Amino acid sequence: MATMVQAIRMALRYGEEQLGVTDIFGEDVGPPLGGVFTATQGLKTAWNSPLDERGIVGTAMGIAYGGGRPVCEIQFCDYGFNVIDLLKVAGNQRWAGAGEWDLPMVLMTPSGSGIRGSLYHSHSFESWASRLAGWKIVMPSTPLDAYGLMLSAIIDPNPVMVLLPKALLRVRGDKLIPGEPEDQDRLKQMIDAPVGDRSRWQPKWPALEEYTIPLGTAALVREGDNATVVSYGRTLPLCVQAADQLRQETGFTCDVLDLRSIFPYDWKAISASVAKTGRVLIVNEDTEVTNFGEHLLRRVIDAHFYDLLVRPRVLSGKHVPGIGLNQVYEQNTVPQLPQVKSALEKLARDPA
Amino acid sequence: MPKKNSMPVTERGVQEGVHSGEEFLAAERCRVIHRIMVRSRVMEERMIKMSKSGEGFFWIGGPGEEAFNACLGLQVKKGQGPAFDYLHLHYRNSATMVAMGMDLLDGIRQMGMTFSDPFSVGRNFPSHFSRKAWNVVPVSSVIEVQFAMAPGTALMQKRHGDGVTIVIGGDAGTAEGDFTSCLLWSSRPGNELPVLAITMNNRWGISTSHASQHSCEHSIERGKAFGILGEVVDGNDPVASWYAIERALRYCRSTRQPFMLEAMVARLYGHSSSSGAPHSGESDCITAFEERMLAANVIDQVTIDHIHEEAHAEADAAVEQAMKEPKPRPEDVERFTYAPSPVDPVYPEDFTGLP
Repeated sequence: MATMVQAIRMALRYGEEQLGVTDIFGEDVGPPLGGVFTATQGLKTAWNSPLDERGIVGTAMGIAYGGGRPVCEIQFCDYGFNVIDLLKVAGNQRWAGAGEWDLPMVLMTPSGSGIRGSLYHSHSFESWASRLAGWKIVMPSTPLDAYGLMLSAIIDPNPVMVLLPKALLRVRGDKLIPGEPEDQDRLKQMIDAPVGDRSRWQPKWPALEEYTIPLGTAALVREGDNATVVSYGRTLPLCVQAADQLRQETGFTCDVLDLRSIFPYDWKAISASVAKTGRVLIVNEDTEVTNFGEHLLRRVIDAHFYDLLVRPRVLSGKHVPGIGLNQVYEQNTVPQLPQVKSALEKLARDPA
Repeated sequence: MPKKNSMPVTERGVQEGVHSGEEFLAAERCRVIHRIMVRSRVMEERMIKMSKSGEGFFWIGGPGEEAFNACLGLQVKKGQGPAFDYLHLHYRNSATMVAMGMDLLDGIRQMGMTFSDPFSVGRNFPSHFSRKAWNVVPVSSVIEVQFAMAPGTALMQKRHGDGVTIVIGGDAGTAEGDFTSCLLWSSRPGNELPVLAITMNNRWGISTSHASQHSCEHSIERGKAFGILGEVVDGNDPVASWYAIERALRYCRSTRQPFMLEAMVARLYGHSSSSGAPHSGESDCITAFEERMLAANVIDQVTIDHIHEEAHAEADAAVEQAMKEPKPRPEDVERFTYAPSPVDPVYPEDFTGLP
């Protein structure tokens, strides 16, 4: 099975072959490196840019204005904070321009903790991104979803941000990407650049097929009656593990929703589940003040106040300036499995 | 470097016209430029009046930049798509738009915040143009962001014909990193781009003088670090401006390399209506051009007066018309946020509020 980073690479290959992607670019995106996470190895439209995030986003906007289909990368979302006003401008061009200008651009950027990335390789971005009206924001938690969401991001004629959970980029999925060979070693030989001299290397791409995940659709990855857990990205598999352990140990069962799209989010799925269970926990790792989960919490309270059996809650990262390198800092800053499981169990056991 | 004496900078053989040094502009072209300058100025002065009368709120625009801007608009390769020139304008480019064929009514509509405002349906400040059919991308109030976008359109143009990306900002805005980004991205070795980067130097950034913040007198000096050639021109002089623009566009179009132009201009009514829009007392490019046209016998005072009267009548009629037109409705707030999408079942047509 492909890893998420291989899935992204294959999606971009499909994009440049079948969906009109003209430019895949950013810092170290082109040869020889093909991206610091190798997401862009072997792609024919990939090129290296200056180390200038504002230039990357601005140029992507210009390419889109000029009739191209750019996929640009900010190497780590941590480097994207100096671009926040350009992102705002990108989101408002159609609205500000009386609907004349579409801006079909994709910005992908690794987000979140989990690679011992210290202060500036561990930030989360989805709460910031969710405030960028005019954008659509997605965040996969599996390779197949990464493939399907990236293709949707490319097809959608609006600015779409693909947040890639760093901690899951090397994790293999349990479902084949359409066209992917079943033998993962074979896939590696085909599309992973060799270590060392790559000057003569050419990828051998599998016969990839179109597979899209509609934006704004969540995946119900576990089904249960006692509580609802809403998550995405790195914390999603933690929620699944916590729900599975809880089922084994206590018999409590939970709906686990993988949101996949931050905006638009799948309100129908959230609403239906909360109406069913009356208990909801929203889990992410962004900092807790003005967290995107708080917005979902507000929607839940507004729409389901009288359905709720116990107080709804959010488990998120601590409101600290960064994530420290020593793992004591990281383990105690963003949610880990024990905290997720504990929060879920408390939610399920809370007397109604 | 495009040299003045290496190009056919004059329209020789024409009897009447206006000189500027060795350069010469034929009478008919002078008259065309002059009329655009006057119509643009009158439109903006009418807008200032609207900002004071309550028919509009905030005004910002380009009185004092008309000479250069009119000459620019007349020389743009106008059209849609990368085979044509792209314009990343700033909010003082009314005369460029008028020269390209914009009705005064459209400028007035934006000032009057009508839904019929073709640039922003009453959402944006005046002089924040947007017109896809002419490759005019939406103007932003955020200073200099257009310089970050310009290399992108130029990159597409380099793959399609001889179009040039024209990006314009003020001298104060060159302090923003986006100005440097534009120079850097336009001059990557082996990947140089046809970007014409124009600085309109009025020597001010709202209330802060250029001289108090910038150690280099001209922004084009910064092009040297990137190997980008440039020229400073008297932007109050239509003759000099016409040929400086022609040289610059020809250079970008033929070499597919970037070029910088810096036009020294006046800021006749201050930064905006927020400073009360009083007349600054600086040299007026229209008055000066009329004096030169009169001296050269390419126009007479009666004709000048008639052009002004005609422009005032046009602007007044535009205000009267715009004020009758529909304003945005509450249900228009979310319109035009998203383009229709085949992969978004939540917003298949447009944004419609929270999911």
